[in-house]
Amino acid sequence: MAWGSIGGRTTLRSLLRLAMAAVAAQAIVTFARLVTAVRGVWHGAGLSGVQRVYFANHASHGDFILIWTVLPKRLRRRTRPVAGADYWLKTRARAFVGRDVFNAVLIERDPERRLEDPVQQMAQALDERSSLILFPEGTRNTGDEPLLPFRTGLYHLARARPGIELVPVWIANLNRVMPKGEFLPVPLICTVTFGAPIHVGEAEEKDAFLARARDALLALAPNGRRP
Amino acid sequence: MTDDAPPRFLVSPHPDLVTLLIALFAVLVAASAIGYALERRLSPDGNNAVIENLNDRIRSWWVMVIAMAIALVAGKAGVVVLFALCSFAALREFVTLTSTRRGDHWALAGAFFIVLPAQYWLVYADWYGLYSIFIPVYAFLTMPIVAALRGDTENYLVRISEVQWALMITVFCASHVPALLTLQIPGYEGRNLLLIAFLVLVVQSSDVLQYVWGKLAGRTRIAPKLSPSKTVEGFVGGALSATALGAALSWMTPFTPFQAALLSLVIVLMGFFGGLVMSAIKRDRGVKDWGHMIAGHGGFIDRLDSVVFAAPIFFHLVRYGWSTV
Repeated sequence: MAWGSIGGRTTLRSLLRLAMAAVAAQAIVTFARLVTAVRGVWHGAGLSGVQRVYFANHASHGDFILIWTVLPKRLRRRTRPVAGADYWLKTRARAFVGRDVFNAVLIERDPERRLEDPVQQMAQALDERSSLILFPEGTRNTGDEPLLPFRTGLYHLARARPGIELVPVWIANLNRVMPKGEFLPVPLICTVTFGAPIHVGEAEEKDAFLARARDALLALAPNGRRP
Repeated sequence: MTDDAPPRFLVSPHPDLVTLLIALFAVLVAASAIGYALERRLSPDGNNAVIENLNDRIRSWWVMVIAMAIALVAGKAGVVVLFALCSFAALREFVTLTSTRRGDHWALAGAFFIVLPAQYWLVYADWYGLYSIFIPVYAFLTMPIVAALRGDTENYLVRISEVQWALMITVFCASHVPALLTLQIPGYEGRNLLLIAFLVLVVQSSDVLQYVWGKLAGRTRIAPKLSPSKTVEGFVGGALSATALGAALSWMTPFTPFQAALLSLVIVLMGFFGGLVMSAIKRDRGVKDWGHMIAGHGGFIDRLDSVVFAAPIFFHLVRYGWSTV
């Protein structure tokens, strides 16, 4: 990365990169607002500067952007999405957006090709005072089920850093704005609902915790298909 | 409307329009002063929900009146663009509450990005023969074709009907407000913008006066299931005072005071029932407001429902009775 290198040209280039990332971030947020008029609803998780792990349903590539958009700017900069390295490192443009604009924690989803433990990567980001956005379903949900079964990463992260608040976040309607395989977004109003924080119990089993976390998230979903 | 009218308006708005805008701002200043006094007396800590909502509404009225004033001073293009944007916001609110599926994606994209701009362009281009049938005929027939091509038949009739309805209400009907500019009324040349001001003023003041009368004297509910805040006293008081206001505004219209009163009554009744119909849809969908964009009022449709129902009727009455085209 350019950050570590010394010398006028690299510094200039990294400054330029920073500026481009800031402009791109603002453009993405503005675009998201124009298309979806997105609104944040805080149920029991009053907005605060406290460090958190937000865990959300995942139906569209834009999910993370909506959460990011409704967060106040000062929190936005410290809130990093956890995303699949295979997707975000595929092209140079994606890598710029993933790394420089979103500052994503990129994890390898395929256990065979893993060099680093994803839970360790996430815990390290938390130790650096970042908040995280996590999609515990692990992949985009494109079916009719409201929520896929959770992967275990959320549990292991909660065990590794038990003090952190885990906030469920339901993203409504974005899958209708941009269904899988479409390239043109249809402007519909989206909401992002934040629930009350949960923690892992001291003696809580993995499956019991994941079921509880899943229920906490589902409880935020509007009835049926309505936003 | 002659071709050189909009630029002339851009430079100097009609004196009647200036008078009207000054009067409107005076009303708003008075409303803000009353709202402030009520807040000092009844809600010093911001605990009285009615007063807080009233002041939110007044603040939003400032924004809406200023937007409308800018559009009117900018002339035809300004009004067309303003109502196109309102239609966009309203269509978005409406479609959000429908049960469309992935198979409707192209039809919806077409509604937002082709039908809506085309309808307003046709109004701007003064093409009455096409803008009056574009959505009821062309969009009506092509949108279900587009949806059918995607092959998803689940809830098909419900889905396409909802989208049709959304387009008719939020785009077709709403576009009849700027369409008033295309009428040609002998002796009224260059003043059509005031016809829009008349319509919007009568509808909106009727809403406001019904609200005020209802708060002051409301006892008997008209439709408790649909809209618990609407009362007989509020409706009668609001409708009569808005009709009287309409008659008093006849100086800015091509109508005699009596004609202005009759047209105002029609506008007020359509507006009232429009509000009722849109409330029925909200109850059906289990929401209180259409959206959250306008503080104190709800969404764009919450504010536009009465205008949308009154506009096409007013347009056609005036076209039939006064216009030469």
